[in-house]
Amino acid sequence: MRRTVGALLRKELLVELRTLESVPGMSLFAVTTFVVFHFALNRNSVDGDLAAGILWVTLLFAAILGVNRLFVADAEEGGFDAFLLAPVDRSAMFIAKALTLLAYMVVLELVAVPAFALLLLGPSLGGAMPGLALILLLGDVGVAVIGTLVAALAVRTRARDLLGPLLALPLLVPIVIGGARATSPLLALAHPTGPAARWLATLGLYDLVFGLIAFALFDFLLED
Amino acid sequence: MAALEVEGLARRYGEREALSNVSLTLQEGQTLVVFGPNGAGKTTLLRVLATLLHPHAGRVSVLGRSLPSDAWAVRGRVGLLAHEPLLYRELTAQENLRFHARLHGVDDERVGELLESVAMSTRSREPLRTLSRGMIQRVAVARAVLHSPELLLLDEPHSNLDPAAVELVAPLIGAASGRTRVICSHDPGGGLAEADIVLGLRDGRTALLREVAQVDPSEITELYR
Repeated sequence: MRRTVGALLRKELLVELRTLESVPGMSLFAVTTFVVFHFALNRNSVDGDLAAGILWVTLLFAAILGVNRLFVADAEEGGFDAFLLAPVDRSAMFIAKALTLLAYMVVLELVAVPAFALLLLGPSLGGAMPGLALILLLGDVGVAVIGTLVAALAVRTRARDLLGPLLALPLLVPIVIGGARATSPLLALAHPTGPAARWLATLGLYDLVFGLIAFALFDFLLED
Repeated sequence: MAALEVEGLARRYGEREALSNVSLTLQEGQTLVVFGPNGAGKTTLLRVLATLLHPHAGRVSVLGRSLPSDAWAVRGRVGLLAHEPLLYRELTAQENLRFHARLHGVDDERVGELLESVAMSTRSREPLRTLSRGMIQRVAVARAVLHSPELLLLDEPHSNLDPAAVELVAPLIGAASGRTRVICSHDPGGGLAEADIVLGLRDGRTALLREVAQVDPSEITELYR
């Protein structure tokens, strides 16, 4: 299993490095959205609930771009068939794709969070970084798991560009809510505190539940 | 021993019946050549035998295992050369074959040997998108036999190949390979030369099923009228 996941993951990252189809698009989208917010809100800076909401909604929509592209090369170039012909555990593809999307999210946030701090955020991010990194990681795991499940479902349909976001958004809303609520205290201008433990636990539980559901369902999605 | 036993196979796409009541038997080491016009069901038959599509009716046994229940035991023993090369355009020939080698638990050394045998060693580090269709087909042949499959399923294997390349791949996918083969073809002369058994399909139904010695080439031409 580990060998198969490694081979799939290596292939995914090589294809992305050669094409640069997903991560640059996601990052550019996030930065552009922050610029739009900057002018649309007509404010020099945001903090607290508003800042957390803007950050998470932007990351959510940027993630959708990556979700939509996740299986495109496999569907268009016969990678699905080649994988299905191999005597390997099909869950390996789920794990490799989820890890790929997780990696995309981490790189996206390495670009998007500093851009957000520069363009919109009032309070300094310095002290909030460890807490924010933990919340983002929990959110990313949820996005990776749900995104992989939805992308596998949508990619074999003709309306995959539409179906992917339509299925993903309702399932990802709880992650945005949990992430924003947990992040809000970190970004408060006055008396910033640590992330709310309740929302961290909610994010962790959501990741676990959907991780198990996706792991159980994924094989069936690959079947004829 | 029979490598393939198919009885009353049917497969639909929605309302459309792509295969209907197809039956055949192929012994180990034999070659079945399937003729038929576009849309006759040749590719669907190959995909069912490759475990990629479930039969909707009938009984299918591949290499002694029943499909779809024992599909897991058939995968890895079958090599499919389809219309699509099943390779990633952005990866090089070497990267593609190494990827497949890992999926099938094959050593990297075999990748080098196969690239050599399809005369692709010198271009093996270039992305597939920069190669000609013929070169990509040669890499696809290498991919199909990478794991030394017992059964080869070949959909127009010589498409895009020049005569020299056809000779080049013959030891891998030709009669000399010694493998059981199912070949879809539109070339009556070439197909009959390879065949032990001939299957003619029209609209998903069996129009012809005989040993090659009993087939008149005009019957193949007739299938396309």
